[in-house]
Amino acid sequence: MENLLNIFVRSIFIDNMIFAYFLGMCSYLAVSKTVKTSFGLGIAVVFVLLITVPVNYLLDNYVLKAGALQWLLGNEAADIDLSFLSFIMFIAIIAAIVQLVEMIVEKFAPALYNQLGIFLPLIAVNCAIMGASLFMQQRDYASVWEATTFGLGSGIGWMLAIVCIAAIREKLKYSDIPAPLRGIGITFIVTGLMAISFMSFLGIDLGKLKPQAPRTETAAQPVSGTVQANADFETVNQ
Amino acid sequence: MNKQGNTYTFLYSVVLVVIVAALLSIVSLSLQPRQNENRQNEKRQNILSAIHVSSTADNSAELFRRYIKEQFIINAKGEKVEGNAFDVDIAKQFKQNAEKRELPVFVAEVDGAVKYILPVYGAGLWGPIWGYLSLNGDKQTVYGTFFDHQGETPGLGAEITSPNFNNQFKNKEIFSGDLLTSIRILKGGNATGKNEVDAISGGTITSQGVEAMLKNYLSYYEPFLKQR
Amino acid sequence: MSALFKGKNGEFLLGPLSKNNPVIIQVLGICSALAVTAKLEPAIVMGLSVTAVTAFSNVILSLLRNTIPTRIRIIVQLVVVAALVIIVDQILKAYAYEVSKQLSVYVGLIITNCIIMGRIEAFALANKPWPSLLDGIGNGIGYGMILVIVAFFRELLGSGSLFGCRVIPDSWYIANGGCYSNNGLLIMPAMALILVGLIIWVHRSKNKDLIEK
Repeated sequence: MENLLNIFVRSIFIDNMIFAYFLGMCSYLAVSKTVKTSFGLGIAVVFVLLITVPVNYLLDNYVLKAGALQWLLGNEAADIDLSFLSFIMFIAIIAAIVQLVEMIVEKFAPALYNQLGIFLPLIAVNCAIMGASLFMQQRDYASVWEATTFGLGSGIGWMLAIVCIAAIREKLKYSDIPAPLRGIGITFIVTGLMAISFMSFLGIDLGKLKPQAPRTETAAQPVSGTVQANADFETVNQ
Repeated sequence: MNKQGNTYTFLYSVVLVVIVAALLSIVSLSLQPRQNENRQNEKRQNILSAIHVSSTADNSAELFRRYIKEQFIINAKGEKVEGNAFDVDIAKQFKQNAEKRELPVFVAEVDGAVKYILPVYGAGLWGPIWGYLSLNGDKQTVYGTFFDHQGETPGLGAEITSPNFNNQFKNKEIFSGDLLTSIRILKGGNATGKNEVDAISGGTITSQGVEAMLKNYLSYYEPFLKQR
Repeated sequence: MSALFKGKNGEFLLGPLSKNNPVIIQVLGICSALAVTAKLEPAIVMGLSVTAVTAFSNVILSLLRNTIPTRIRIIVQLVVVAALVIIVDQILKAYAYEVSKQLSVYVGLIITNCIIMGRIEAFALANKPWPSLLDGIGNGIGYGMILVIVAFFRELLGSGSLFGCRVIPDSWYIANGGCYSNNGLLIMPAMALILVGLIIWVHRSKNKDLIEK
């Protein structure tokens, strides 16, 4: 459980899709003019990430990885490595799921569809969705639950970022900004400043909050510190 | 033929998928040997840097053969087991229970002296960190280290790869009497003891990761290290 | 040969370098752009990879444009782009192993780079292969150019080096008795965003007609 909570908090605040990896910037910049629409897009992203990351996790672990087909074809499959196909399979799954979600939402929740509808097609090419699947593959999560938690957390982190910037942009309309910076320029700079402030979350590790029985991994001598965020400037700087 | 019809759409997608799949398989198969070689060369270069032998991708295989005299796998009890040490995937082994892990050991000979090279693996700030630690023939003092990482912050955590950081480890002691102390990584230039080195300024969490990684792996190898 | 670049064709190639730059004017492809700009070398490789993928995908889809069934248009585009990206990824892994490690997941993210999909939709599906090729190359270079500018400043001020070679003399550093220190903040992802903001500022000060109301 603690591990899941840790992944969840990390993926929202520390490994934030926007502020740490700049993923999904295109729609982040294009759709963040008002809070209402950005909230709609945010919800859609959370929803799609929550489904695509675990589906791609299963695909990666039971079909694509080296030797992953053993459960189906027996020991002869130990040498089959389809991981070069992972990009194309991931994007196909994402496009298919987005299409499916669009159809289901349209059929069963027309009110929600009216709000999300225009955003759903945009999501297939949102880098945050593809990025989450690739990070999931790279970080090699231990179970499908961890992958799901990561997907959910990344989505919420992305939504948090776009809603924040939309709120700021609504206020920026009344500010006196140098003419060449108006619009997109100042949005970049504000996002940069927000990213710097998000760096203060670095080092939060919920796994270390409670004193645990020494596992083999961390061994007897505890690595110092509980919540590192309030440590010295050096640490924050990392 | 009607370009918007179902049959056309279906045939179109089938043809497209077949062409793309064939093309990708050809590319992947034809480049695979080269990619594997790159990966192996990198591993050889990493192992060699732990004993202060710098190599390039081209001469790594030859130098590896010259310096590495023996390689074997041990289990958690320090007994030798079957298998090829070079092919052991440390990242994969890391996920297994400590008792089941296969622990590779590379024995090198530098200027007539025996060195033991042990792989290490752990977590940094952003992702995994790993490396190789070489010990002198007494299995007590460190001869050299090599560290690498997946995505630590350039200029801060990523400095664990720098010579300045690695050179500190030489001649440090991992045992105090019979007790495995491993190597402590201290902040703020306070390292004075026989088993202490300075952390990277600005890279505290990564430095702690390195400390924990060394401690964990030396404890896995402890039975082997105590066979004197 | 010169006929090939006459009139509009030249514009397709050169427009994206400044007045119609994909990153700072069309605001496309930021996603994967900024994370690879801490050093010059990966930035250049990324720029080249994106140029190759945009150019080829533009040509291929321009050739196919009259055959694609409308209903599966987006999927066909994604499949073609994804196939090209996989080829680029495999080639990098085989011939530029070090750089491919630095780019890590960002190579895969070229697939969802909005520049590529954006140029296919906006240009290649309505134009002949040759202008599409020029448009693809132009946009790829326009994108790479911004990456290189950002990476130049980040590497110079953040690490004191260019292409990994030290350019700030060692004796300047505080540790060696000088009065200079690298600005670690520039290595942080956040500064890439602020740098792009500043580039937009400079660019729009020079081209007043681009200023947003």
